[in-house]
Amino acid sequence: MRKCDNLIDAGRRQFLRGAATAAAGGVAAGALISPRPAEAKTALARVDYPTQKLGNVKDLKVDTPVDITYPDPDSPGVLLKLGNPVEGGVGPDGDIVAFSTMCPHKGFPLNYVAADKTLNCPGHYSRFDCEKGGQEIWGQATQNLPQFQLRVDANGDIHATAVDELIYGRLNNVLKA
Amino acid sequence: MTFKRNVDRLPIPPKDAKVQNVTCHFCIVGCGYKAYTWDVNRQGGTSAGSNAFGVDLSKQQASQTTNWFSPSMYNIVKQDGRDVHIVIKPDHGCVVNSGLGSVRGARMGELSFSETRGSQPQRLTDPLVWRYGALYPTSWEDALDLVAEVTRRVVEEQGEDGLIVSAFDHGGAGGGYENTWATGKLYFDSMKIKNIRIHNRPAYNSEVHGTRDMGVGELNNAYEDAELADTIFAVGTNALETQTNYFLNHWIPNLRGLSLQKKNNELPGETHKPGRIVFVDPRRTVTVNACEAEAGKDNVLHLAINSGTDLTLFNALVTYVAEQGWLDKEFIAASTSGFDAMLAANKTSLDDAAKITGLQVDDIKKAAAFIAEPKDGKRRRTMFAYEKGLIWGNDNYRTNQALVNLALATGNIGRPGGGCVRMGGHQEGYVRPDYPGGKPAPYVDQLLISGKGGVHHIWDCDHYKTTLNALEFKTVYKKRTDMVKDAMSSVPYGDRAAQVEAIMGAIRKGGLFSVDVDIVPTKIGQAAHVILPAATAGEMNLTSMNGERRMRLTERYMDPPGQAWPDCLIVAGLAQAFERSWRAAGKNDVADKFKGYDWKTEEDAFMDGYHAHATGGQYVTYESLRAMGTNGFQEPAVAFENGKIVGTKRLFADGKFNSKDGKATFMATQWRGLQAEGKQQEKDKFTFLVNNGRTNHVWQSAYLDQQDDFVMGRWPLPFIDMNPDDMQALNLEQGDLVEVYNDNGSTQAMVYPTPTARPKETFMLFAFPTGPVGNVVSKGVNELIIPNYKQTWANIRKIASAPEVTRQLTFKSQEYMPPT
Repeated sequence: MRKCDNLIDAGRRQFLRGAATAAAGGVAAGALISPRPAEAKTALARVDYPTQKLGNVKDLKVDTPVDITYPDPDSPGVLLKLGNPVEGGVGPDGDIVAFSTMCPHKGFPLNYVAADKTLNCPGHYSRFDCEKGGQEIWGQATQNLPQFQLRVDANGDIHATAVDELIYGRLNNVLKA
Repeated sequence: MTFKRNVDRLPIPPKDAKVQNVTCHFCIVGCGYKAYTWDVNRQGGTSAGSNAFGVDLSKQQASQTTNWFSPSMYNIVKQDGRDVHIVIKPDHGCVVNSGLGSVRGARMGELSFSETRGSQPQRLTDPLVWRYGALYPTSWEDALDLVAEVTRRVVEEQGEDGLIVSAFDHGGAGGGYENTWATGKLYFDSMKIKNIRIHNRPAYNSEVHGTRDMGVGELNNAYEDAELADTIFAVGTNALETQTNYFLNHWIPNLRGLSLQKKNNELPGETHKPGRIVFVDPRRTVTVNACEAEAGKDNVLHLAINSGTDLTLFNALVTYVAEQGWLDKEFIAASTSGFDAMLAANKTSLDDAAKITGLQVDDIKKAAAFIAEPKDGKRRRTMFAYEKGLIWGNDNYRTNQALVNLALATGNIGRPGGGCVRMGGHQEGYVRPDYPGGKPAPYVDQLLISGKGGVHHIWDCDHYKTTLNALEFKTVYKKRTDMVKDAMSSVPYGDRAAQVEAIMGAIRKGGLFSVDVDIVPTKIGQAAHVILPAATAGEMNLTSMNGERRMRLTERYMDPPGQAWPDCLIVAGLAQAFERSWRAAGKNDVADKFKGYDWKTEEDAFMDGYHAHATGGQYVTYESLRAMGTNGFQEPAVAFENGKIVGTKRLFADGKFNSKDGKATFMATQWRGLQAEGKQQEKDKFTFLVNNGRTNHVWQSAYLDQQDDFVMGRWPLPFIDMNPDDMQALNLEQGDLVEVYNDNGSTQAMVYPTPTARPKETFMLFAFPTGPVGNVVSKGVNELIIPNYKQTWANIRKIASAPEVTRQLTFKSQEYMPPT
């Protein structure tokens, strides 16, 4: 289901011809030279993300950011309840979102400013709108902010399931030796 | 929804990836990059021994790492006919940017032409000619012969004034020393073309004649001077968005106090503090905000003047500085002339200046103290920086001179921590034979509008987006070129003699034959009869210099699309076609003028041009530049020693200027109100100031960005910043589409609520393909035909409520907010 959603999103932005083909190309190339042919054969066009619990709906307060990490402890992020339903938002109010907090420009830690629900970079002044899927309001990053895709289960636990942009400082969102 | 690439991994460059020198081909700053390329069927590994960075890539890399690249820096391109992966990544070893990449330059990878990944499918791959009612591919020989034949016939009938040219004169993409030399040689040496204009202005002129006529070349300092200055005096420049990494890597460290050690080392014997900054700009910019965040409000003075009144402020400052005894008398005596006459002519009281500029007297005094109040008995070091707010503002020539007066009077040119410099737009790359026309040069747009000329050669310019009075220009241009299109359609394409006769017949009736050389289809290209595909930087070797005259070679790292050629080789092909055409017409004396273009490569054009003609060019070759890497050298070259080119850190360091007696000349620059014809009436008649300029995400006219989902996902339409009260009065919501209109024309924009915008003062994105502000800019120019884009007044009315494409956008303030 998750892969399916990804493909729908992808198709809407017509990125497939560019980025996904390249990822697939990389896999094919891996098959030619990889010392681990068995692994290469099973590789998917996108990396396989872990599912990770980030918190529970009942513990979140509007505009009180919760520090999290995803997909591993070296990738800091933030879990937010915004108070209004937003793009990519989950939970009963459709307002819970999570983002990477390493600026995709130079990896500086972003601060959440509740006054206008933005993440701000003290390094080179980039700003990202948490209510618009991490859209770069202004800045030097060449990506909008990586957003963590979320799922809420029946008891209100919030799980991260994937990432929609490359996280700063890694060439594979799921680090592997 | 917000654009996401959904890229979650990228190929790793192997240890043996090819690494080449790249200078960003966009803005004047010229950040250093490295291009990594490797065969498409190979990739490196995460272990330190198996990748180009020599580190363990299975680990998270730290902030500011040298070992990461973003998806926008990556692509698959052709190199010598083979598919290769490419990564174009900022170079930490380059002193200009120290590894910083801007939101524009750090997309060079994804803005490259890739058949494999489908990026920049708009790139022109073949010569195109008008036949059967559309533009279709043809051979180079066919296209060049048609251009040469029609051009020759027009020159025979109308003289060389019948050939009108629009051409780049700068560096970086769509320019560079190779290409400016080639076009200059063709039009100024083989021919004597006077009716020529530049990409963003309607005549062949400097944007800064004012400073040059005083003996002060406009790029006279080093970027390091911004780190050494006590004060930076910034006029009409929004450096964070338009010279991003110059600002981030050289201005900000000074404001943060991080350059104190450098100040103490290089300038001992005087007290040093973190830098202060003064802005002269009617608009509060993100640059002002960033400086306040870094230096504190006490060290940032924003003089929000009434639009177009800079000159009066500068005259008042020079008057007040003189009254306070803050002049550099020794420097004035040794290195200048005309000071007393200037001071008498320009005398302006603080009260008069306050009245005209709208500033407080105390703020003008404070600015003067920031600039020139001695520090412990020593001269204060101030760097003066200016750009389009001045250059494209009211009374360009005098205002430029009034600022240079102030810099000279305070002894701030040729000294460390000083300089009086334009910030620049494109890089520079000018080496040409002398322009055969006069000064002022002909107002080329008006010639075209009034029916003059029979053939128009366009080199990498798009007037429909980047000229003033653009709507009238476009209307007339379309009419004239349509006449030729209709004539061409009336006879079989294969009958060349009949084609040329038909074209000439239409030209005699007022038609215009249009030849467009470019890398992408342009708006003006819609009117062209022949389109010639050019290569850009990196698809050819290309040299340019940046805003501190730092010259580098961008190495050819990929193939041009299809049959595209470097501009200089298009010139060579065209010159040879001219020679054939004139010889066939029996004019051997004219044909002989087109000899000397037997260039096989862009390096041949470089050797014929820069190496043989530029000051210090004899020390500069591709080989020597390659060895100088992304740091290059600062022009002019003065020697070649120990395998290195020796350059010049700052100009006029010996106190000698560009004049016969070596002295810089002060100039009288009296205030004369809104100088360009019709501007005052426009201001009186229309409600809103339509100030205009650039924004961070977009390079130039968006000629590449228009096919970049990341940029178009942010700015699908040009924005117009408006005060929320003005919006309310016009019943406007964020993202609504409005028409901006006046007696010059009309255009469209989307409304961006901007609480910091002063009432009735808007700011609109310049040169954007989906709404050119040039449509409402009047034809009024200064005495040297410099346009006055900034002082434009118009009315605004709603066209439509926010469409889907703008509803997806954020409209929050663009000002960085520090943690509370």
